Amino acid sequence: MGSRGRSISGFRGGLLGSPLKWLIINIIAWVIGVLWILPFVGIFMTSIRPFSEVVSGWWNPYPFSPTLKNYVEALFNPMFSLLRGFMNSFIIAIPSTLIPTMLAALAAYAFARFSFPIKNYLFVTILFLMAAPQQMTIIPIFFMLHKMHLLNTYLGLILIHSSWGIPWITFFLRNFFSMLPVELEEAARVDGASNRQIFFKIVLPISLPGIISAAVLQFAWVWNDFFFALMLIFDPDKMVITQMLPRLKGQYQVDWGLLSAGSVLAMMVPLIVYAVFNRYYMGGFRGWAMKR
Amino acid sequence: MKIGGSALNRFSFLIPGLILITIFVVYPIVATIILSFNINPIPGIDIIGGRSSGLENYYKVLSSPKFINSYGIKTMTFPMGAIIHNIIWIALHLPLTIILGLLLAVLFQHVRGGAIIRSFIFLGMVIPMIVGGLLIQFSFDKDLGVVNLFLKIIGLRWLAKSWTIYPDTALFSLILGSIWLWTGFSVTIYSAGLASIPREIIEAAIVDGADFKTILFKIIVPLLKPVTITVLAMTILWDLKIFDIVYASTQGGPGGASMVLALLMYDYFARVQNYPMAAAVAAILTVITLPVVIIWIKIATKGE
Repeated sequence: MGSRGRSISGFRGGLLGSPLKWLIINIIAWVIGVLWILPFVGIFMTSIRPFSEVVSGWWNPYPFSPTLKNYVEALFNPMFSLLRGFMNSFIIAIPSTLIPTMLAALAAYAFARFSFPIKNYLFVTILFLMAAPQQMTIIPIFFMLHKMHLLNTYLGLILIHSSWGIPWITFFLRNFFSMLPVELEEAARVDGASNRQIFFKIVLPISLPGIISAAVLQFAWVWNDFFFALMLIFDPDKMVITQMLPRLKGQYQVDWGLLSAGSVLAMMVPLIVYAVFNRYYMGGFRGWAMKR
Repeated sequence: MKIGGSALNRFSFLIPGLILITIFVVYPIVATIILSFNINPIPGIDIIGGRSSGLENYYKVLSSPKFINSYGIKTMTFPMGAIIHNIIWIALHLPLTIILGLLLAVLFQHVRGGAIIRSFIFLGMVIPMIVGGLLIQFSFDKDLGVVNLFLKIIGLRWLAKSWTIYPDTALFSLILGSIWLWTGFSVTIYSAGLASIPREIIEAAIVDGADFKTILFKIIVPLLKPVTITVLAMTILWDLKIFDIVYASTQGGPGGASMVLALLMYDYFARVQNYPMAAAVAAILTVITLPVVIIWIKIATKGE
């Protein structure tokens, strides 16, 4: 029994040794995990307490008088209202998710199923575009948008984010579509269905998990982005939340009360998206990691 | 049967996406290259400022102390220049992220609640990097930072200071912080790799009396080589493109001590307002990423 137990719990008995060792290893792992999230705990604790209480360390438990004062001040800041920033981030991120997901899904299907001239060159080009630094595009974009009167507008930033999202989503969905069994589509084609009908009636519905993965990660990417917004939006009224955060810092002394509340607000949305769509989030993770 | 009907019909799937990419990604990349040689890529706006065309910008960037600071390198003091800072970043971050990622992935595979700990560590990948940068500055703060709390606890009180505001520690604190943020990536993909190793292989090794070290280096590491290459490529690219973290915490300071390439480009654009030089920095940054990108593309298209 003993030896059988060992082989079933394989690693526990064999790789890591005795039960005592197993216990120690578990403790080490959990200590690492807790240490890892301490900065998150810290910023949260700082955000819900008056600054006088945390000034010598947010870990001091007494006195503890939770307050939403920092949040109210951040949300309704006269210069950089994070409530405004929050709304602007949504206004930017939602269309910047829907547009490229739709367009890239179409392109991805063509790459997965059709043969056409220069297909391989086009595909490799798209891979290169995925990896390009944002800095490599921004100067001409800045002046183009200026000429199009789209600088400092929601539409301008949405256009840039949408275009920037298409390459990686195309790559990701093309891999997804390639894995689908082709028989269903062939049967439909024999029955006389057109490309469009096949794509919208057959491929799209069964590809929903892949589409959701792409959309979730694109949303998170746009929400988290800072550089494009920094370069293309100047009005405090139109700024997105990530863009407002560094401006809340204060000139000489960092106001951590305000800044901690702002940080929690800014990361809340991607964290909720991650929690709610966890399976989809991790599903698209590799393609998305390339974009960082 | 010809799959997909006429060429036009097939192309119609591609056209909307390609139009956007061509206007807002491909053209800007080409235009940045053109601009970096002092040739105006956008008719109707003068962004050259009367400079004559040529390689001047590259020469000016490459010989600028902001790019490589020979005095800093000689005396081993910061700033050493943006490219050197990026290289230091990679030199420290890359080995640590690979070793930590692999060891933690193995560790979490064998403990209760390993998936939960893994998701804790992954949080750094989920949040905006601007917040990441603020969290780093916060955690290295003299009074509020946990890093300094631990230094005090283990008796290194003399090291406790606001790391991000001193030239000799600013870059290192950011690099350490980026390791904290980015390890979630390597742990996650190493974990996926580990899960794909058949259990029998490792059990057989245990039966044969192999110890942990042997199993790690003789079985796990060789089998996970493709994963390691992916982590390698992604980490190098990430370290080269790093921007938000630095902008949020130090703005490249103090005195350029934590300046990096991507931020140097922004500096030329927004502060100096020399657009051709900013374009040259962007082009240099992109060229440096290219070998890694090519390796990554080879992996991504393998078997096709």
